[in-house]
Amino acid sequence: MQVPAPVEYERATTVDEAIALLERYGPEARLIAGGHSLIPMMKLRLARPEVLIDINDLKDLAYIKREGDELRIGAMARHRDLLESPVAFEYFPIFRDAEQVIADPIVRNRGTVGGSICQADPSEDLSAAFAAVDAVMVIRSSSGERIVPSIEFHEGPYTTAVGDGEILMEVRVPIRPGCGSAYEKVKRRVGDWAIGAAGACVQLEGDTVIEAGVGLAAVGADHFRALGAEDVLRGGPATEEQFAAASAAAAAGCAPVSDQRGPADYKRHLAEVLTLRALRRAAARARGQE
Amino acid sequence: MQVTMTVNGEKVTRDVEPRLLLVHFVRDVLGLTGTHWGCDTSNCGTCVLWMDGEPVKSCTVLTPMAGGREIRTVEDLERDGELDPIQQGFINEHGLQCGFCTPAMMITCRDLLDHNPDPSNDEIREAISGQICRCTGYENIVRATRWAADHPATEEVTA
Repeated sequence: MQVPAPVEYERATTVDEAIALLERYGPEARLIAGGHSLIPMMKLRLARPEVLIDINDLKDLAYIKREGDELRIGAMARHRDLLESPVAFEYFPIFRDAEQVIADPIVRNRGTVGGSICQADPSEDLSAAFAAVDAVMVIRSSSGERIVPSIEFHEGPYTTAVGDGEILMEVRVPIRPGCGSAYEKVKRRVGDWAIGAAGACVQLEGDTVIEAGVGLAAVGADHFRALGAEDVLRGGPATEEQFAAASAAAAAGCAPVSDQRGPADYKRHLAEVLTLRALRRAAARARGQE
Repeated sequence: MQVTMTVNGEKVTRDVEPRLLLVHFVRDVLGLTGTHWGCDTSNCGTCVLWMDGEPVKSCTVLTPMAGGREIRTVEDLERDGELDPIQQGFINEHGLQCGFCTPAMMITCRDLLDHNPDPSNDEIREAISGQICRCTGYENIVRATRWAADHPATEEVTA
């Protein structure tokens, strides 16, 4: 039987209360949202917080909405909310692509967007999707709010910019005209982490790529991002040859490790093929062909 | 700590360790053993129950997190001696063999029908994709769900 170590439990009903509890209990306290990343880690004793601060009552952080030229996703939005959100799909079909293959339908009822990216598992899909669409994260503490770009949000495996006494509030994604986005993932079975996955977002002006983002999950890409691929794409033509060159750059720039999900060279191959597929679909969507 | 929640329409209050998993609370503290305990890793889905109207894997919820929430388990599917159509469907279409995955399968399929009364076979398979039947009776589970979709009211049960 897998059971977490003894832990104290508190429940926050407002963001200010959550922050006050974090300050009171210090670095051994952890926020718990859906719990579908943290509780399994606690069962394995890989995480051993002394106090859990339950933030499931923060329902006012469960929104997904457009505000100005941004899509704003509250940290407490559940995976199912993002999967089914018409406004998210209208501007960023990459999120529906990704959510369809994250965990399973029952887990998606409970797991949250904020919890997933704060867990920062190197195989986590939304982190790669947010890298591709150039998202920023809003973090609050008792001294105010700060905004962190996704590339700085993920400091390393299981480590984010969210510090002691801080809470992730929302993710903001810039809405740009002429954008298309897509996500491609290969996994062993439903509910498993990716063997490899790639997300792409391209902004076209005619047949020129004026802005591009490529995110990678599970293949050892720094900050989930393939900057080399983006450099190849930016300013160039939106052609199959260019996408192939960018995909090769994505594969060359990542550092997969061999494990039970597959050998490193296979994962590198996946990084290339999935980046190419994601770029094709993203460009087709930008052109309104899909 | 003291935790109060509603389980199958009744308010229950118990003193529990915060680390107690909801699946063990329901089974061992309340004695509602229809909710099964399987893999412990939120993969097999045999511990699914409703929390505030949504199916969740109760091996991955701490009991105090269910405080103040409405829990509904498989024991609540039958009403006044009348089986829910999903239960009748599992009987009629042989949707179970060993029965281990069955309570949670019925909850998920009931929930699907509540939101989508006429699901395709693919939609049923997607809905149960986070749950494992090791008798490999998925085909019959799909048929059982279709049966329930085709017989939404228990009055129509003729078997």
